[in-house]
Amino acid sequence: MDQPVNRTEQLQEQLKIVKAESPWKIAIRRFARNRLAVIGLVILVIMSLICVFGPLFSPYTINETDVSNKNQAPNADYWLGTDKLGRDILLRVMLAGRISLTVGLVATAISVAIGATLGAVAGFYRKYADTIIMRIADIFLALPTLPILITLGAILSDLKVEPGKRIYFLMLIIGLLGWVSLARLVRSQILTLREQEFMQATEALGLRDNRKIFRHLMPNTIPIIIVSATLGVAGAIITESTLSFLGLGVVPPTPSWGNMITAANNLIDFRKRPWLWIPPGLCILITVTAINLIGDGLRDALDPKMKNR
Amino acid sequence: MSQYIIRRLLQMIPTLIGISIIVFAISQMVPGDYITASQNPNMTAERADQLRAIYGLDKPPVQQYFIWVKNMLTGNLGDSFQHKMPVTEVINTYVWNSFIIAFVTMILSWTIAAFVGVFSAQFQYSFFDKVVTLLVFLLMSLPSFFIGLLAIKYIALDLKLFPTGGMTTAGLNAGGFAYIKDVVEHMFLPVVVMTTLTVGGLTRYFRTGMLEVIRQDYIRTARAKGLQERTVIFKHAFRNALLPAITLLGFELPGLFGGAMILERVFAWPGIGQIYLASINMRDYPLMLGFTMFLAVLTLLGNLISDILYGVADPRIRLK
Repeated sequence: MDQPVNRTEQLQEQLKIVKAESPWKIAIRRFARNRLAVIGLVILVIMSLICVFGPLFSPYTINETDVSNKNQAPNADYWLGTDKLGRDILLRVMLAGRISLTVGLVATAISVAIGATLGAVAGFYRKYADTIIMRIADIFLALPTLPILITLGAILSDLKVEPGKRIYFLMLIIGLLGWVSLARLVRSQILTLREQEFMQATEALGLRDNRKIFRHLMPNTIPIIIVSATLGVAGAIITESTLSFLGLGVVPPTPSWGNMITAANNLIDFRKRPWLWIPPGLCILITVTAINLIGDGLRDALDPKMKNR
Repeated sequence: MSQYIIRRLLQMIPTLIGISIIVFAISQMVPGDYITASQNPNMTAERADQLRAIYGLDKPPVQQYFIWVKNMLTGNLGDSFQHKMPVTEVINTYVWNSFIIAFVTMILSWTIAAFVGVFSAQFQYSFFDKVVTLLVFLLMSLPSFFIGLLAIKYIALDLKLFPTGGMTTAGLNAGGFAYIKDVVEHMFLPVVVMTTLTVGGLTRYFRTGMLEVIRQDYIRTARAKGLQERTVIFKHAFRNALLPAITLLGFELPGLFGGAMILERVFAWPGIGQIYLASINMRDYPLMLGFTMFLAVLTLLGNLISDILYGVADPRIRLK
């Protein structure tokens, strides 16, 4: 007779042991198992640390020109050599990294803010709001992005915006052109989410719309936002470097990885002094690869459809 | 089906109107115009005004916009200031140079991507697969201008294997076979670089598609029947793995005719991308605006084609 009781006790014991893991913990564990993604994360952290703290340990300063030491090949004093003004390339690469990473991050933050909000509004209100927002999205999707950015960059040059302020405009224009894909993703998620029972509950509680959207619907879309934002940063860094290479993005004296590569436009520098333009190029390649690896790892970790792989 | 196509074509109209307004507005924001950008030292203020009147640059922006749209509807994109000929003619002159390298690139990258992707999926988690996965990420993260510069420096300048840029050797007066050989030599590096840039994403696409197919029951059945592995992979699995890739074919359209702005500039290839980039710098509005609209139409048509192809290739998909 006492067997069923025992069984229940046993089950209760087991239930105590099995603690429900939060979805975030599961995601972190899954991410940690993905070796490439972890390598990407380590590389990105090291790159960022070098760019942020490296200049503090440099014996040189950014505008220090030293004509007696111009165009030096990499050596013990100047690890990556010097440019035609005798400036230390290593220091410039690190400072450029700060700019390029910041532009990438802020531009993506702008895209995400616009994309997530518009997507949520379109998915939540449907009807007119949806039609209008998605039509605008269609327009932006067919808009040739690079030419538009180049034209806007040319406008910034013509208006003679000073280099320091220019990077803010640059972040803004890159951000304004990159929101569409996230808006579509968020919208389609919200369209299914809003039909679920927890939304009926918010209805019954009489919550206001913006609370429903920002406190109850949006948190459920955070996984796709994170993945899309990570890959977005990689794209934004490439876009910034391309524009800066054309002389239409970040302009000297502010260094960026892209505008350092413009040194290659000078035939002698291009042929004889590869240390001027190869290090910044490799930095772009390494950073962007690392971010893409992380983004891919996050997608695998956060996408519930991939659970058992 | 024809109803679907007509509806989609009609839907393009508001999108194109929106794009035309945005692009025109941006071009109006540019301070200065072609007259100031060409920086002719002999230009008097009077002559400049005269020229502005000839080009229609003195009219109010809204009027200019409607004149532009009206002309566009009749197939007239206006005359390029720089090239002194109709924009359509400029596009027609240079687009084919872009098309050659884009087309060869497409063939190469699709072939490589299909084979590598399929093998990588067939031997998932093998050493080969891991190397491919890492390579794919590296290739997808390459800044186009940087890899172009590297190729020119090390392969063209240092090893002298290929010409550094352009489409033909200057002063070459050969015809026939010698001419073709010269162009092919000039094409080589741009094509290799463009292939490197596109093959990563495609390989990944093929690999994922193949992985999904390989897990299905009918593949196990085919193996259980005792078919050779090669037959299973290429006859049974590959065909179905191709289905999602067919959608990508439509998206290639703008790439085929749109030119590669950055790489054409780096390699001094006389394609439409480079001409377009120059038109932006020179404020050659008719060419700049006209080609932007051309690109937008190509993108929209590409999307439509890929949707149609998907429906044709996979009868389970119904287009409504």
